[in-house]
Amino acid sequence: MNTLVWVEHDNNEMKDATLSVVTAAAKLGDVHLLVAGAGCAGVADQAAKIAGVGKVHLADDAALEHALAENVAPLIAGLMASHDAVLFPATTTGKNIAPRVAALLDVMQISDILSVEGGKTFTRPIYAGNAIATVESSDPKLVITVRGTAFDKAAAEGGSAAVEAIGGASDAGTSSFVSAEIAESERPELTSAKVIVSGGRALKDAETFEATITPLADKLGAGIGASRAAVDAGYVPNDYQVGQTGKIVAPEVYIAIGISGAIQHLAGMKDSKTIIAINKDEDAPIFQVADIGLVADLFKAVPELTEKL
Amino acid sequence: MKILVPVKRVIDYNVKPRVKADGTGVDLANVKMSMNPFDEIAVEEAIRIKEAGKAEEIIAVSVGPAKAQETLRTALAMGADRAILVESDDEVEPLAVAKILKAIADEEQPQLIMLGKQSISDDSNQTGQMLAALMDRPQGTFANTIEVDGDSVTVKREVDGGLETVKLSLPAIVTTDLRLNEPRYASLPNIMKAKKKPLDTKTPGDYGVDTAPRLTTTNVAEPPVRQAGEKVEDVDALVAKIKALGIA
Ligand SMILES: Cc1cc2nc3c(=O)[nH]c(=O)nc-3n(C[C@H](O)[C@H](O)[C@H](O)COP(=O)(O)OP(=O)(O)OC[C@H]3O[C@@H](n4cnc5c(N)ncnc54)[C@H](O)[C@@H]3O)c2cc1C
Ligand SMILES: Nc1ncnc2c1ncn2[C@@H]1O[C@H](COP(=O)(O)O)[C@@H](O)[C@H]1O
Repeated sequence: MNTLVWVEHDNNEMKDATLSVVTAAAKLGDVHLLVAGAGCAGVADQAAKIAGVGKVHLADDAALEHALAENVAPLIAGLMASHDAVLFPATTTGKNIAPRVAALLDVMQISDILSVEGGKTFTRPIYAGNAIATVESSDPKLVITVRGTAFDKAAAEGGSAAVEAIGGASDAGTSSFVSAEIAESERPELTSAKVIVSGGRALKDAETFEATITPLADKLGAGIGASRAAVDAGYVPNDYQVGQTGKIVAPEVYIAIGISGAIQHLAGMKDSKTIIAINKDEDAPIFQVADIGLVADLFKAVPELTEKL
Repeated sequence: MKILVPVKRVIDYNVKPRVKADGTGVDLANVKMSMNPFDEIAVEEAIRIKEAGKAEEIIAVSVGPAKAQETLRTALAMGADRAILVESDDEVEPLAVAKILKAIADEEQPQLIMLGKQSISDDSNQTGQMLAALMDRPQGTFANTIEVDGDSVTVKREVDGGLETVKLSLPAIVTTDLRLNEPRYASLPNIMKAKKKPLDTKTPGDYGVDTAPRLTTTNVAEPPVRQAGEKVEDVDALVAKIKALGIA
């Protein structure tokens, strides 16, 4: 079976999310990559070094610069003439494009897979991860998004695949990129951080969140996450949200501070290796999944913890 | 212009779903069902666009069992003008839902179709994008802000790194994210009025759509359960634990 993997990148650098997708694809068959963008030849060279990759398709065209689904999906649908499966990371980019490809191919997408059980059989979470479904596809082609935390990352070095430039890109002319507000941060990205410190509604406002959570995260070299309530209230930007409808994370250590532990939040972090919770309510549901719990007022406990570490 | 809003009836977000012992699915008997929360946000946004004088009519559509009428009545009580129920007792997959919606869009010619980004039951996050592909129209997924202006719509999207803004020519498909708005509650008089608003009932066959599933679910299981750990007495004990983990 030939598989095609969507390489996640920003035209300069390949994103780590690609590597777990390569691992999932390798369980199905030969792995080919697609680097689609503008001025992205450097990314193709990086991608060609991933261990176990057979070929890299490079589609370099102004119409592909911002990965607009209207322009990218037809290109991928065309490549599916010579591939049996296409896999995307379950990132916002992957989730935006993949279903559009599936519909063009008249197949049902399999979202957010956790494992490959056979050539056409996969497991995936439903109901905020409160149930795991095993699904078997009857479609001739597979379109899949992959949950990054469920697969090991393929080695970024060691391969030497050939890069093949392909044409066929065009501008559908119905959508255009206007602008992006992407925060630059020295902090580790949430989906690859080893340690995450997350704050909830209890953090009161943006200033208090910053003054309480950031020093602890700095001390631990951690990424910073948040509950939906903290994002909705404007303490932190939307891309901090961990959960069913935010980011799915599984760091070595997840520290939940002033977060109650609603099922939608747990869905995004309960596969973390060690969970630590600080909450003043001893009955907060977060303690049902926490390995280490501290019942305390966070405004006393967190500064003390930061100081003593 | 017309706005089409597909709404799905799902398990209420406050209910903790239980897996059936025989592995065939999640137990929905006697469980509280509600409109998918993202769809409430879509209905609310459609109403605000209409209130701003930029739309004349809002049509709510649901594909589901007869009881999905309740979900449509909720949309009507919030402010939708009429509703279409496409009745099916079997679970209809996103691809088939998208095909039904395309057929309805061909008839109704809405300029804007607003869906939720994901249903909290199957967590697919597919239907809007599929519909956009089938209609060969642009999509603005995970919308945080929407601005309709003449023959285009500008959508600010919630993406992994922050926010991204795209401009789409109408007709367009938009899917909602959590921060787009806070949906209103229907008032009692509006709930009464909603009972008299038109609700058509159709079948997938009326639109020539085959809803036979492409994916077979062979098993549904509980996820591995996490055991609760221990509670520590004070910050000093927590410091010791964190040091033992080797991260500080
Ligand atoms: C469609 C939908 C999607 C959703 N998606 C997500 C998602 O992806 N991610 C997500 O997180 N949520 C999501 N939610 C929201 C979720 O249901 C909860 O509302 C949310 O997670 C609650 O956030 P919280 O724990 O910060 O706030 P609360 O539930 O209000 O909890 C605050 C906690 O802080 C504690 N506390 C207060 N003061 C102190 C103090 N001084 N010291 C110590 N502890 C204190 C309280 O005891 C309480 O446990 C979603 C909801 C819906 C409907
Ligand atoms: N059966 C359905 N009836 C009406 N709308 C639906 C249905 N299924 C999905 N949708 C719409 O598509 C969105 C995304 O759903 P999904 O792709 O299933 O995650 C939902 O928020 C609804 O707006």
